[in-house]
Amino acid sequence: MRSLIKLGVPVVAAALALTACGGTKDNSSSSGSGGKQCDLKIGYFGALTGDAANLGVNIKNGVELAVNQYNAKHSDCKVTLETFDSQGDPSVAPALAQKAVSDKKLVGIVGPAFSGESKAADPIFEQAGLNIISASATNPSLSEQGWKVFHRVLGNDATQGPAAAKYIKDVLKAQKPFVIDDSSEYGKGLADIVRKDLGTAVVGNDAIQQKQTDFSGSVTKVTASNADALFFGGYYAEAALLTKQLRQAGWKGTFVAADGVKDDGYIKAGGAATEGAIMTCPCVPPDAAPQFAEAYKKAYNSDPATYSAEAFDAANVFLDGIAAGKTSNADMNAFIASYDKPGVTKQIKFDAKGEPASVSVWAYKVEGGKIVKDQEIK
Amino acid sequence: MNAVTAPLRSVRERFRALPRPVKYLFIVAVVVIIYLLPIINPPLITTQDSDFASVLFSCAMYSLVAIGLNIVIGYAGLLDLGYVGFFAVGAFSVGVLGSAHAKLPLIICVPAAIVVTMISGVLLGAPTLRVRGDYLAIVTLGFGEIIRLVLVNTSWLGGPRGISNIPAPPSLHLFDVPHMSWEGFTAYLDLTTTTKFLVFSVTDAVPYYWLAVTIVLIVLFLDWLMQNSRVGRSWEATREDEDAAELMGVPTFRFKLLAFATGAAIGGLSGALFATKQVFINPDNFTIIYSVLFVAMVVVGGQGNRWGVVTAAVLLIWLPEKFRFLSDARFLLFGMALMALAIFRPQGLLPPRRRLRAQRSAEREGVNAEEDPGHIEREVADV
Amino acid sequence: MNLLIHHFWELTITGLTIGAIYALVALGYTLVYGVLRLINFAHSEVFMYGSFAAVWVLMALNAAGATGLGLVGFLLLGGIAAMAASALVAFILELVAYRPLRKRNSPPLIALISAIGASFVLSEAMGLRDKPFAWLGLDAKLADYVGRPRENTPLPALLHSQKLFNFFGYNVTNVDVIILVSAIIMMVVLDQFVRRSRLGRGIRAVAMDAESAALMGVNHNRVIRLTFVIGGIMAGGAAMLYLLKIGVTRYNAGFILGIKAFTAAVLGGIGNLRGALLGGFVLGVAENYGSALVGSQWKDVVAFVLLIVILLFRPTGLLGESLGKARA
Repeated sequence: MRSLIKLGVPVVAAALALTACGGTKDNSSSSGSGGKQCDLKIGYFGALTGDAANLGVNIKNGVELAVNQYNAKHSDCKVTLETFDSQGDPSVAPALAQKAVSDKKLVGIVGPAFSGESKAADPIFEQAGLNIISASATNPSLSEQGWKVFHRVLGNDATQGPAAAKYIKDVLKAQKPFVIDDSSEYGKGLADIVRKDLGTAVVGNDAIQQKQTDFSGSVTKVTASNADALFFGGYYAEAALLTKQLRQAGWKGTFVAADGVKDDGYIKAGGAATEGAIMTCPCVPPDAAPQFAEAYKKAYNSDPATYSAEAFDAANVFLDGIAAGKTSNADMNAFIASYDKPGVTKQIKFDAKGEPASVSVWAYKVEGGKIVKDQEIK
Repeated sequence: MNAVTAPLRSVRERFRALPRPVKYLFIVAVVVIIYLLPIINPPLITTQDSDFASVLFSCAMYSLVAIGLNIVIGYAGLLDLGYVGFFAVGAFSVGVLGSAHAKLPLIICVPAAIVVTMISGVLLGAPTLRVRGDYLAIVTLGFGEIIRLVLVNTSWLGGPRGISNIPAPPSLHLFDVPHMSWEGFTAYLDLTTTTKFLVFSVTDAVPYYWLAVTIVLIVLFLDWLMQNSRVGRSWEATREDEDAAELMGVPTFRFKLLAFATGAAIGGLSGALFATKQVFINPDNFTIIYSVLFVAMVVVGGQGNRWGVVTAAVLLIWLPEKFRFLSDARFLLFGMALMALAIFRPQGLLPPRRRLRAQRSAEREGVNAEEDPGHIEREVADV
Repeated sequence: MNLLIHHFWELTITGLTIGAIYALVALGYTLVYGVLRLINFAHSEVFMYGSFAAVWVLMALNAAGATGLGLVGFLLLGGIAAMAASALVAFILELVAYRPLRKRNSPPLIALISAIGASFVLSEAMGLRDKPFAWLGLDAKLADYVGRPRENTPLPALLHSQKLFNFFGYNVTNVDVIILVSAIIMMVVLDQFVRRSRLGRGIRAVAMDAESAALMGVNHNRVIRLTFVIGGIMAGGAAMLYLLKIGVTRYNAGFILGIKAFTAAVLGGIGNLRGALLGGFVLGVAENYGSALVGSQWKDVVAFVLLIVILLFRPTGLLGESLGKARA
């Protein structure tokens, strides 16, 4: 129960001077007394504007689609989507997270989208008990903090990195792999795992900066080393330019990257140079869930993009919880812990740390200017 | 322009005319209201889409940054485009001492951070302050970037992962303060939403705001003492004409270095505040664009006027948060606002009084700007 | 170290090509600084608009895959489009962001604020370019031009990099040659223009002493306008060459490049045209050597450390500031 005492004076200074007058008001709508509640909200937390907006919009669309499908079925008791646009910036994340936890109608958050903002915002969610399911933050350390509210629906970099290394070793049979990272938390974390797994086979290392556009120095290093494969830990904007400049310099090896590169933007910016590039992703190919892809295409006039399907699954966990009347934070947390249902991307089930119980990593490749599935990495 | 300054001036004069006790009472009331802002949560001013107390904290923290940079740019006339570097050094000193490599309490970390940034200010200033004018701008910009890149590329400092679990200030739970909430213009006292006085936790930004405001007030007082001392006058002399000041026996280099180090120390203090509130820091928080924003605060506010730069800092932080609903267009409008301000109020929101006086006397002498094409050049060369 | 020795010429030549682009952009900073003594913070956006103009024109003409004379024609056309757009943006910039300040006798730093504001406006307008088209319902049709406005927009596949000849073990490509040759041509033309033409003399006169120049009948405003337009043309040329080398542009493509170019201008001695050239080349090459020696992640650090060291020993840059005085 929330008690409000009316002060009833519009002028701030006067309001301060007055002691409480007037009666108590009872906000009954937010009392958590069993019974099915309506006009609840689920949140999306991540970038919607700024440089990382593209990825954020993919995720938001996935959540929005799930919410719309739910509302179509439960027209008497609708759920609304509340968005928290962090611009992917850890320094604005806490203010938004605090706003989110003060909203009593919010039952769960899909996000935060990136690992950096997760580290800044998750302590607040944890303290307030608001459950979160990330559809895209893959940093391994996030599940090691002992946060009870933290969940994610995709495998972390510690599963993807070894899979990428395995692919380079076993499928490509590369003798001389080269490893480059983009000095971002995601890219460096992933590349370091690959470096460790490939061990002494690695013929060279380099690191670039995000937003860099001229990679002459790195290109010289790669071509000089006669590398036959290159693993790049980073995002598609830099990956496209790096691939292009490597090919211009006549490098013939295989370009391997991870899920941060699995986006049409990679092919669009890199053009023909991207042909044959490999990306790993802890995500199931879209042909596994045709009805989702169809509905998505109908709603947004484009194919589901990276993490849209994960976001859809994450949102459905919360929506199922709402349908089951698990609206308090504690009930929802227990509900998520016992959740075990097939989703669009995989069987959705979480382990004690909030990691997905089963993860499969797939390799995709660029073929004919499109990203197509290659094989599952086992 | 007079339309803006004239009423302001008359308010100031009327305030001066008040009897002394009334004046003090008024000042105390204003300070109390500033402290209570996040509790009152006043409609129209509050931010709908992000936590108001957090936004206020940012306003206070960036005010501190602006006060520090104002010493460098406004008082000593040194254009520093890499101020975010000191902010970063302060934040990471706290991170390293409080979490990454030692678990010292914040009470020790913060003074240490100030000392470290002060030293880095001297180390940076000693070789570079000999270059003049715009060269200094690019050198400082370079240093700001070097600091960020060193943070990104040094795993001892956390690298791109940054530093988590930065300690909070010590807490002491004395009593609860209920918040106010509003429906339209009717105020309610919300007994369930309370702030624990004085408990620093990640879920409540209000105590952090109080801490920041307290620090801002103390630093403002020290700033006032400094500006009105021999040091302040030496800075002014150096800024207006370095050669003349040197001839009059002012050791200009030493005073420039002092300004740089003092500014750095305040930057470091604000960085330390940022780190403890944020709990998690990474190098992405310290890009060039922040340096640009800091310089904008000082120039927009009126270089050399401490109230001006504080006002500008608060506005530049608060406006984008207030108008979050404009989402993508925020920065476009921000740019337009900067341009409009440059054109219509070139002396800044609150220009320092000394400069105003100089300008008015120049006007009386009948210097006509439009006939004087070399004007901007000479002025820039002074910086 | 080994890498630097064995691939010295490769690193040098690729460094020179990026350095040539820095130098062309640096000319814009240096010219404006020469006559107005202010940092044109928005010059980076002038460059960015040129790059988009080239991309759009070549996209609209369906230039991808052209060969022979057609290819040459398209490259020139792209370059002209970029120069025209950049010159236009620079002209408008001067008119809107700088001239009102000059008229009002503004304090010096306020010009910097106006420029920062203009820079925000220009880059954000490009970053939001899909919005007006979405209102008109044209966004689907024009998706190649305005879709995903904050992401890389590629130049149509035009010039394929080919090995031309071997230079001490490095296969010099056609792209390297085009960039270096066209950059040098542009620089020589500019140098001769400023040195020999009447307008160029006006620029030098204003740079040397604005008041005396005004007394001698030089139209101050016209000279400033001209300076901005010339800087814009150079930035447009740089934008086309940048596209040939990098292949994509985006709404904030100018930001980092602008900082580098400004660094180059200061390195060589701001206000000095030949200094900007030297600074650009030195910076481009130094970055590459730095990448080879200590890793690419440190290349910007190498660039800035070099700048600081040079300024400590030569406080006005390698060649000193002298748009007016020297023969530049």
